[in-house]
Amino acid sequence: MSDPITRPTVGAPRESVDPSAVTEKPEGTLPRGLDRLGERKRARLEQLAQATADKGGVSLVRDAFRRLRRNPTAMVGAAIVALFVLVAIFAPLLAPHDPAQRFDELTRNLTVDNIPGASSEFPLGSDPLGRDFLSRMIHGSRQTLFVGVLATLIGLALGVLVGALAGAFGGWVDNILMRFTDVMLALPALLLAISLVALASRSSQWTVILAVAIVNVPIFARLLRGSMLAQRESDHVLAARALGVKRGAIVLRHMLPNAMTAVIVQATLTLSTAILEAASLSFLGLGDPDINRAEWGLMLGVDGQRYFEVRPELAYFPAAAIIVVALGFTLLGEGMREAIDPKSRR
Amino acid sequence: MLRVIVRRLLQLVVTLIGLSALVFVWLRNLPGGPIEALLGERATPERRALLVKALGYDQPILVQYAKFMQRLVTGDFGNSIRSGDPVTEVIGRAFPATVELAAAAMIIAIGLGVPLGYLAARHRGRLLDNLSIGGTLLGISIPIFFLGYLLKDVFTQNMHLFPPSGRISTGMDNTDVTGFFVLDGLLTREFDATGDALWHLILPAVTLATIPLAVVVRITRASVLDVLNEDFVRTAEAKGLRHKTIRGRHILRNALLPVVTTIGLQTGALLSGAVLTERVYNWGGLGTLIYDSISGGRDYPVLQALILLAALVFVVVNLLVDLSYAFIDPRVRVR
Repeated sequence: MSDPITRPTVGAPRESVDPSAVTEKPEGTLPRGLDRLGERKRARLEQLAQATADKGGVSLVRDAFRRLRRNPTAMVGAAIVALFVLVAIFAPLLAPHDPAQRFDELTRNLTVDNIPGASSEFPLGSDPLGRDFLSRMIHGSRQTLFVGVLATLIGLALGVLVGALAGAFGGWVDNILMRFTDVMLALPALLLAISLVALASRSSQWTVILAVAIVNVPIFARLLRGSMLAQRESDHVLAARALGVKRGAIVLRHMLPNAMTAVIVQATLTLSTAILEAASLSFLGLGDPDINRAEWGLMLGVDGQRYFEVRPELAYFPAAAIIVVALGFTLLGEGMREAIDPKSRR
Repeated sequence: MLRVIVRRLLQLVVTLIGLSALVFVWLRNLPGGPIEALLGERATPERRALLVKALGYDQPILVQYAKFMQRLVTGDFGNSIRSGDPVTEVIGRAFPATVELAAAAMIIAIGLGVPLGYLAARHRGRLLDNLSIGGTLLGISIPIFFLGYLLKDVFTQNMHLFPPSGRISTGMDNTDVTGFFVLDGLLTREFDATGDALWHLILPAVTLATIPLAVVVRITRASVLDVLNEDFVRTAEAKGLRHKTIRGRHILRNALLPVVTTIGLQTGALLSGAVLTERVYNWGGLGTLIYDSISGGRDYPVLQALILLAALVFVVVNLLVDLSYAFIDPRVRVR
């Protein structure tokens, strides 16, 4: 945001009219005495502006980022998340085999009570269909990231829309939208997700993503609305209103960016719950029915459950991966929260 | 105080009406439309025509909604598609099982969580504190159905300490009075039944308790830390009050307010968790019912009633929590 006080004084050429200084009257029209008064005021302001300019103020975001880097738990979280994203990006290079390919040497040994374990060729052994489990684990990072990120982003976008509308307009718009979120929050998350999945005639990866996304909409909406309402009363919004900034611009450029920090922190935390919720839906048989898709929640919820007695590793590995990644996002999110609001540090 | 109650009750009614409208819309948008969804595989042209007439689907939408509401208010949820029994009966059978499980989980969460959170705050930055923080973070990151399988594997398959599933041993001659097996045993003085039911209850309750426990520890710890810095605690210490008095009357009494709110909010998490936990331990409560209503051919009448029931329980519990504030915190009464 440009500083409305210092802008017209700092090096504004006398000949050309600074477009940002529309409120400033041309020099000649002012009465003599007032002109001199303005001169003195200007000099004083310039001096003040100079004083802070030398110190090189630090923006809130940069300040928060600095605190974040000094927080060891947040950095552990960030490292886990970075590793997870890297594995997801380079999955095809890291995986020794095609995750969808069924190997004869593995399927040959598949029986009701035996799933081949580790060998030199297949370090984590086979999955129930004779595919390389390690490759499926590695490729699983991609799908898991995809599901988690997309569900969070869709939930975030819808939640921000609802929350911003409620926070910006207040009054009856706020009332209706918030009663709506009340209704959604009154339902346990998983039950809401289940009812949403039930609406689709056939479950797919998208029904899971959408269900998890919609479950998170009221949470984002409430959070954003709360901080938007707090922003409404703040001095900088009052100043913008006094300067005659348009309502839409106040909401979009003054209130929303300042209110978003809490929402972004929440989004980081939601990434972890989204992955867990998707796994829960798979466990309940409401997940993606595509048997070729390797996704940790699906692997844990379907094969891990079905073959737990035969080969518990089929559950252990995806579960461990999910726990570590969920932990990573949680640590990072908590660290971000502390960095933005050091008072919350405990 | 009365005004607060009235306002909250009105809010509750609005929420429930909104929810009923949502369920109404939901029911109409189910795959194949409401009639197919309700009839399932039993759909014949005659049955369909009969149901269209009975449910008034040939009438204007507002009239339909009014009828829908009328049925809800009178508790008529129709019959289960799977068993053919009235939905209220089906749910009534499963309800006590889940309440028993959820109550046990909540007792574990509060009974362990509050002392642990207090100790963590008191020993801030030391080993116990770090362990409890680590534990809570792990607790919210574990898929609880996986934890369920893990506990079951360790404690029943390997150590044979607990029964693997169910609420009571087969062959146990217990008298069913309230549907709460632990309570029934006490009421009828069949203490072996109580013991057996408790023995079955432990693992599922521990599984279900993980998330609420983690949350309670965190909130208690944070809130105790807040109170510890208050002047009145220092004053109490300076007055030379006994440690026990300060802990109970000054610290915990003030620190537990946010914990009480959390407990209300955790009912939702408990209901979600129950769906997963009950599936792992074959518990036969509402969670099992929800699972069966989806996987064994969609049983929409049951699902619809379960959605409304879950929401009702959640909002009522939270209303009670809000009202209980007035008793815990006199300041609320004045406001």
